[in-house]
Amino acid sequence: MSVGDYIRNSQIWKSIFRHPAPYDRRNRVVVMLTNFFLHLHPVNVKQQGIALSYTWCMGGITFFLFLVETITGVLLMFYYRPTLEWAFNDILALRDVQTLGIMREIHRWGAHAMVITVWLHMYRVFLTGSYKPPREFNWVVGVLLLVLTLLLSFTGYLLPWDQLAIWAITVGSNMARATPFLGSEGPGAQLLNIGGYDLITSASDARFILLGGRFVGEATLNRFYILHCVAIPLVVAGLIAIHFWRVRKDGGISQPL
Amino acid sequence: MFDAHPDLTEAVVHGLGWLYVILFVMNAWWTVVAYRRGTHTRVRLFGLLEDGQEVPTAGFWALYSALLLMVAIAHFQVTGSYAAENFLIRMPEWLKVWIDAVIADPVAYFTLSVVGFAAVILLREWLVRPTVAWVLLNVALVFMALSMTDFDFRQIVGKPDNVPIVAMLFILGFFTWLYFRRAVENDRRIAEGRPLFEQEDNEKVLVWPDLVYTELICMVVLSVVLVAWGIVLQAPLEEPASAVKTPNPSKAPWYFLGLQEMLVYYDPWLAGVVFPSLILVGLMAIPYIDFNKKGNGYYTFKERAFAVSVFMFGFLPLWVAMIILGTFLRGPNWNIFGIYEYWDVHKLEVLNNVNLSEWFWLTLMQTQQPQSILVRELPGIIAVLAYLIILPPLLAGTVFRRFFHRMGFIRYMVFVNLALLMAALPIKMVLRWAFNLKYIVAIPEWFFNI
Ligand code: HEM
Repeated sequence: MSVGDYIRNSQIWKSIFRHPAPYDRRNRVVVMLTNFFLHLHPVNVKQQGIALSYTWCMGGITFFLFLVETITGVLLMFYYRPTLEWAFNDILALRDVQTLGIMREIHRWGAHAMVITVWLHMYRVFLTGSYKPPREFNWVVGVLLLVLTLLLSFTGYLLPWDQLAIWAITVGSNMARATPFLGSEGPGAQLLNIGGYDLITSASDARFILLGGRFVGEATLNRFYILHCVAIPLVVAGLIAIHFWRVRKDGGISQPL
Repeated sequence: MFDAHPDLTEAVVHGLGWLYVILFVMNAWWTVVAYRRGTHTRVRLFGLLEDGQEVPTAGFWALYSALLLMVAIAHFQVTGSYAAENFLIRMPEWLKVWIDAVIADPVAYFTLSVVGFAAVILLREWLVRPTVAWVLLNVALVFMALSMTDFDFRQIVGKPDNVPIVAMLFILGFFTWLYFRRAVENDRRIAEGRPLFEQEDNEKVLVWPDLVYTELICMVVLSVVLVAWGIVLQAPLEEPASAVKTPNPSKAPWYFLGLQEMLVYYDPWLAGVVFPSLILVGLMAIPYIDFNKKGNGYYTFKERAFAVSVFMFGFLPLWVAMIILGTFLRGPNWNIFGIYEYWDVHKLEVLNNVNLSEWFWLTLMQTQQPQSILVRELPGIIAVLAYLIILPPLLAGTVFRRFFHRMGFIRYMVFVNLALLMAALPIKMVLRWAFNLKYIVAIPEWFFNI
């Protein structure tokens, strides 16, 4: 008996994998049904539905990049401290000193790549008309994922706390000041007052809530850190689960009738 | 030459040499492909050969590849900074001036992107031919290589955060091409009554191994790409943040530069809040507006020409082209610079834009502006209301008559308003360029400018 067979027949192995190796047709079906990670997929699919030239694999790649970002992001969180004192220096050390500092490079490029692939995924879904019935709602879920992907990228942009970071966030968040009714320089904000006392000021408007202050400062760093590392990823993970569930429930990848 | 920095250094020239080596390998492979295919081209040499001569197409590609190889070798011959500075293979100065003149003019830039977009749609049957696509790819790459010989071009394209954007352009070009290739093929099949491409060889297969293995390979390749990318290109880190030193220009992250570009034409409450929200609402509304049952689950252009054209117009000239403009052409003081131009902080651009109300009362009526805000802005308010209230029924009776009947009232109103608001951006751009129009409705007292 070879070592491989010995391992595969051991009680430990068999307790983990509930089926023999997927060498024959029957076990290839069984593996899809009994493995937690694989049961995301159906057992069989139409050939064109998985053709690279049809799906461009862009949804799958986006998901893979999300996983890469999660893993590299957790590793970065072990090291990085979101305070004015440390944020920049920690990133600097990741670049110059730390052995696994390349995690930061991968995390940043992965983020750029994910923005691009999510656009391409939407492009492909549109071009194959896959948003048409019965997949309308999954398209809506997709648009939410698109927004959240951009917001993930945007909140992460601040964390290195360099010139690029704070000014990009300043430019971006200045828009919130002009929100109709809710921004201190937005149309209609002057109407919201009680007896001449303005409700919407630069210390209570949409921008203030976003930044936790009148300008991009330590409170902003903290807010963006929590949004970036906890709040948005959780929502995205939940929506991706719904998205995948719906792909299956809506009849798998779209096909000509 | 008063240039402090030499356009070319030895390292750059050698780097470009490698780019030409890659181009050579690509085209050598293409030569083999062309040879296998065995196509011939008739050459007349401007009438010198009377009946013309049949020449294997592969011959041209072989010649071109050989040329690329020689160019590459020429690059590697360069040693020392003197030789590099005087290296001959570079973008000619007159061409740079000409390209900059076109590209640094927003009118020409936008017109060109719209014309290019229309050309892609009209010429799609020709563009989807592999040879045409290959030639275009070569032109793009050689253009990049030649442009890289310019210092200012390298500055802007070589910024680490901008590298992915350049890559995105090529990827986007490729997938758009792929779409048209499949769509043109299917449109032909539909016209001939044959089954669709997607309907052929469409047996059920087991997910293990067919899909699982594809996914595995994808993951491995992507991991390698990401790690290699991380090693080769360092993520940007500038000086520590300083609240007093404002960089000029201050740019939003690159994927929001399309929105920042809108700020040139609309105030923040529209460009930064209302329009982005409308883009999202509009995207979510697409499945509920598009009543066309055809084109679900396969690539086609003819069966959904309107839907695809509108979506692509929004994505390519309005979103991506604006990001390019914001990333590569917007410099200090948000002025537009050519891709080969030095970012001069002192470049002046005259801005003498006028509001519609000023023009109406002062120029047209030859009187003072009225005191009352609402009366003063009445012409603009009427124009905006007419655009949003009179146009929908007008269009329902004319251009969009068929849509109105198929969609019903509510669906049609949502559709037409979204479409009009999307058109509001290019319309305001054109008004700005043609008439120096600043605001249609200008009520800064209430932060209400349109
Ligand atoms: C984090 C972002 C996203 C992830 C991870 C994701 C993932 C996926 C995956 C893996 C698929 C299976 C087919 C494929 O790979 O193409 C899929 C399908 C689909 N996605 Fe997404 N997606 C995302 C964002 C979006 C966006 C932005 C949209 C549209 C606005 C969208 C709409 C759809 C639709 C309608 C389908 C079904 C396509 C069909 O049946 O042909 N998704 N998605």
